[in-house]
Amino acid sequence: MDFSLDLLTEAVLFGVLLGCFYAAVSIGLSVSFGLLDVPHVAHPALMVLGAYCTWLVGRYGVDPIVAGICLMPVFFLLGIGVYRFYYETFEKRGSEAGVRGLAFFFGVAFIIEVGLILVFGVDQRMVEAAYIGKSLAVGEYRIPWRLVVAFGVALSLTAILTLYLSKTFTGRAIKAVAQDEPALRLMGANPVRIKQWAFGIATAVAALSGAMLIVVGPVEPSMDRIYIGRTFCVVVLAGLGSMTGTLVAGLILGVTESIVLTQFGASWAPAVAFSLLLIVLGIRPQGLFGR
Amino acid sequence: MKISRRNWLAAALAAVGVAAVPGASIAQQGPVKIGIGISQTGTLGGGGKAALLALQMWVEDVNKKGGLLNRKVELIAYDDQSNPATTPGIYTKLLDVDKVDLLIAPYGTVPTAPIMPLVKQRDLLLMGNFSFQVNHTVKHDKWFNNAPWGDATSWTEGFLQVGQKAGAKSIAFIAADQEFAQNLANGAKAVAKKTGLKTVYEQNYPPSTVDFSSMIRAVRNAKADMVFICSYPNDSVALVRAINEIGVGSSVKLIGGGMVGLQFTPIMESLGSSLNGIVNYTSYAPGMKYEGIDDFLKRYTAKAAEAKVDPLGFYLPPFNYAIGQVLEQATAATKSLDSKVLAAWLHKNEVKTIVGPISWGPDGERAKPSVPMVQFRNLQDKNVEQFRQTGKQVIVYPPQFHQGDAIVPFEKARSAK
Repeated sequence: MDFSLDLLTEAVLFGVLLGCFYAAVSIGLSVSFGLLDVPHVAHPALMVLGAYCTWLVGRYGVDPIVAGICLMPVFFLLGIGVYRFYYETFEKRGSEAGVRGLAFFFGVAFIIEVGLILVFGVDQRMVEAAYIGKSLAVGEYRIPWRLVVAFGVALSLTAILTLYLSKTFTGRAIKAVAQDEPALRLMGANPVRIKQWAFGIATAVAALSGAMLIVVGPVEPSMDRIYIGRTFCVVVLAGLGSMTGTLVAGLILGVTESIVLTQFGASWAPAVAFSLLLIVLGIRPQGLFGR
Repeated sequence: MKISRRNWLAAALAAVGVAAVPGASIAQQGPVKIGIGISQTGTLGGGGKAALLALQMWVEDVNKKGGLLNRKVELIAYDDQSNPATTPGIYTKLLDVDKVDLLIAPYGTVPTAPIMPLVKQRDLLLMGNFSFQVNHTVKHDKWFNNAPWGDATSWTEGFLQVGQKAGAKSIAFIAADQEFAQNLANGAKAVAKKTGLKTVYEQNYPPSTVDFSSMIRAVRNAKADMVFICSYPNDSVALVRAINEIGVGSSVKLIGGGMVGLQFTPIMESLGSSLNGIVNYTSYAPGMKYEGIDDFLKRYTAKAAEAKVDPLGFYLPPFNYAIGQVLEQATAATKSLDSKVLAAWLHKNEVKTIVGPISWGPDGERAKPSVPMVQFRNLQDKNVEQFRQTGKQVIVYPPQFHQGDAIVPFEKARSAK
């Protein structure tokens, strides 16, 4: 393919937008897996559940992003319930919790997927909004508004979570439980309740990520499988638990995929992106922003 | 105990009588089992559910007439989850555990390809179900596809001819990186080369691609006259969206060709007006006259509403019902369920179905392929009933079903009434 500066510039631009979307769908996992060390492979399935709930609410004329925000408290409670069950049945029982927990969350993902098929069928679902199907013209470039919206939501989510984790008491406690659980216990805080709260936040974020998922493209029940690899890649590349790192890692993945797609072919895009992950981990095993 | 001669005679007569009752014979022989693995979930699930409903309708109909060879028909179906990794296991189970008598292939090329070695090795009859070129290299002589296409030429020539008639000199290709799309794209490239079209852009994309904006921008940059797209349902939707948002430029006369999914009612309904102008393949569109299809579609519509599947059922259901009709006529003519006997008969005879008469070439594909290319026009949003009308999917190819010429360029066709 001939080199074109225009195309390269646009590839970077689209990569930034796509990268922010990747960061937005990974940021919940950054809390649950990155900070809490919970092997939450059901995170993408919860996102898809969020997308379907957004679709349901959207039928009453509610904007998808507003619907996603409205769903956050419900998902927060759902997250608390899921973590409590996980804690009582797996985490509480000892060192093998990680492996068995993985099986548990695969089970949760499977139940969500089958449940969605039973309730909604296998057909794709889409939503409508003023910013879907239209694009923003900037000179020669036409940028889909839906990606611009995802970009804005990703930046807002990252900023809010970063501030929450660094400026509030509960936020600092969540970071503390990730670093030294016994020390937190000695300070009089209950690590299980803190983790439960954090898992609730991660699940609430999944609801908003689901809303973005259905804004960016149509969803179907088995869509979570596409995102398992990408979301874990972003979180690990970022360095477990870093919100800013998640945004940067998402951007790296998005821009790399977009440039490789435009200049060398789409088939190479995932391979190059995951190779990049391996290289970074080879140089910095703790990830880009991990300590 | 002493048994009298009279009792012996009575017992013997009773035994003969029982054997003479057809129902008893059926019970002794058991049903004719037909096995299929068909997507009920995953990306092909929407089409697979509608296809299975049509097959069940045929089973109901044939059982009302006494079944096959005076035996009731039982359909055994498993969900292949649109996942090709599951199909060899499913078909092994159908053959070795369920002991089916006849096999129907899964819907689509990708799930069918992995079972071809199995059926060839066991030398079994396999009724194809909208696959594309899966028998091309396997060369199984007991394969009979229900799809209206044959090789890549039969599929692509309509699209390319319509484009060339409109003055197109160059072409761009976008294709998914999997069996069906690659077979079709490679065939289309060969036909394009032969007909003197210049390829100005080629892009294969992996199934996990999230957004197609960059690809559409590259197509616009390449200034192609035609864009041939080979995509699967999820990608087709994302591509249509990107085409509408980014635009493909004024040079493009024709876009579409091999986009799977734009025939599924829920997708057509959801995309609505954003489909306008696209020229794509289909299997059936309103206005195509076949004996018995109107009655079938009427009955299907009622059942689809109950089953909550594709309400129109234009694409796969009639062709799946036709698979049943093919088996029905072949078994009735040969009085056999033997793969060799049935295959020999099918190679020599034409079968009457609700999608017209079907005969097969030596490769088991249609002897007279005919892939309708339709242009979506004047569609509104959120209106499923509009697709039942003629004039919404205008058949631009082949000549026997022709309803109008394609409106070009694409930008003009998008707003055409």
